[in-house]
Amino acid sequence: MTEPTNLFTTPHDAATLARLHRELERAAEREGLLDVAYRTVDSPVGSLLLAATPRGLVRVAFDVEGHDRVLEILAGQLSARVLRAPARLDPAARELEEYFGGRRRSFGLPLDLSLSRGFRRLVQQQLPSIGYGQTRSYGQVAELVGNPRAARAVGTACATNPLPVVVPCHRVLRNDGTPGGYVGGPVAKATLLSLEAAA
Amino acid sequence: MGSKQPFERVVAEHGGTVLRVCRVLLGRHDADDAWSETFLAALRAYPDLPETANVEAWLVTIAHRKTIDVLRARGRQPVPVGELPAERAGQAGQAEPAGAGVPGGDCLWQAVRALPDKQRQAVAYHHVAGLPYAEIAQILGGTTEAARRAAADGIKNLRKNYPGGAPS
Repeated sequence: MTEPTNLFTTPHDAATLARLHRELERAAEREGLLDVAYRTVDSPVGSLLLAATPRGLVRVAFDVEGHDRVLEILAGQLSARVLRAPARLDPAARELEEYFGGRRRSFGLPLDLSLSRGFRRLVQQQLPSIGYGQTRSYGQVAELVGNPRAARAVGTACATNPLPVVVPCHRVLRNDGTPGGYVGGPVAKATLLSLEAAA
Repeated sequence: MGSKQPFERVVAEHGGTVLRVCRVLLGRHDADDAWSETFLAALRAYPDLPETANVEAWLVTIAHRKTIDVLRARGRQPVPVGELPAERAGQAGQAEPAGAGVPGGDCLWQAVRALPDKQRQAVAYHHVAGLPYAEIAQILGGTTEAARRAAADGIKNLRKNYPGGAPS
């Protein structure tokens, strides 16, 4: 009985919807409704998902984390008002491109650390003090945050870093100097370390 | 908490359907504005939408209200033929699959335009959005049976005026 009516589709619908989407992105930003904006960028460590609140960059996610799944989790943790809206991420995309091109050694982006709490957040806030091209052990970072016996908790803080690459948890290695785990996988960690060693 | 999908997915899944509904209700030009207002209002209200809600019915309900605003604003004037999309003229000779809506689209447009509001709305919500009559009754007010009858009458009128014997 229900005959699906395609009479009101045209060959231009995809372009029309793309234009309407861009207008929605701008209107949402203007009206203060863009709680989480996101886009993806290509990089030497694969496609990266970048997400930002009005306060700053809130999440960087590797492909292996599953971008769709990460967005679902963000919708639950922050707000379901999540839109693909690249404009807000332009500065982040630019700084990452410079970093991967070897032309940037630290990030000047506003960060929203609201996805981390307590000790993890404390550790993540300290990580940028490990300079470009340098490394520290989990134990050394534990000392840095004034809790020398918390090396294992430092490892957890690195593993749950919501802003990898930008907050350089890849510069933290096992106490024996081997790379240790990484949220983006061992290859990504090695790629970042050799990028920084080469520059 | 946490099981509501990102709003981007709502746009991706339902954007095309809402656009077609708005076109049936308003014609091409105003449809874009109605789409924009519908999705902005939906984005605003989304955090309060119950997780069990039928998202498409919710969007169509918002589109219904937004298009009524547009119809009121323009005083229910029939759309002048000159407002029909210019791009159509340029494509008249282009081969399209039957039902793609480009050749002969203007006639269809006029036939849809000529329908009484309730019939046009019922046709849009059932035959374009695919909503069940019970949902449509909630949007239009009135009974499920009345919604069913409005859609049936609308289709009957369309068959009569397009593409059958109607003058074009």
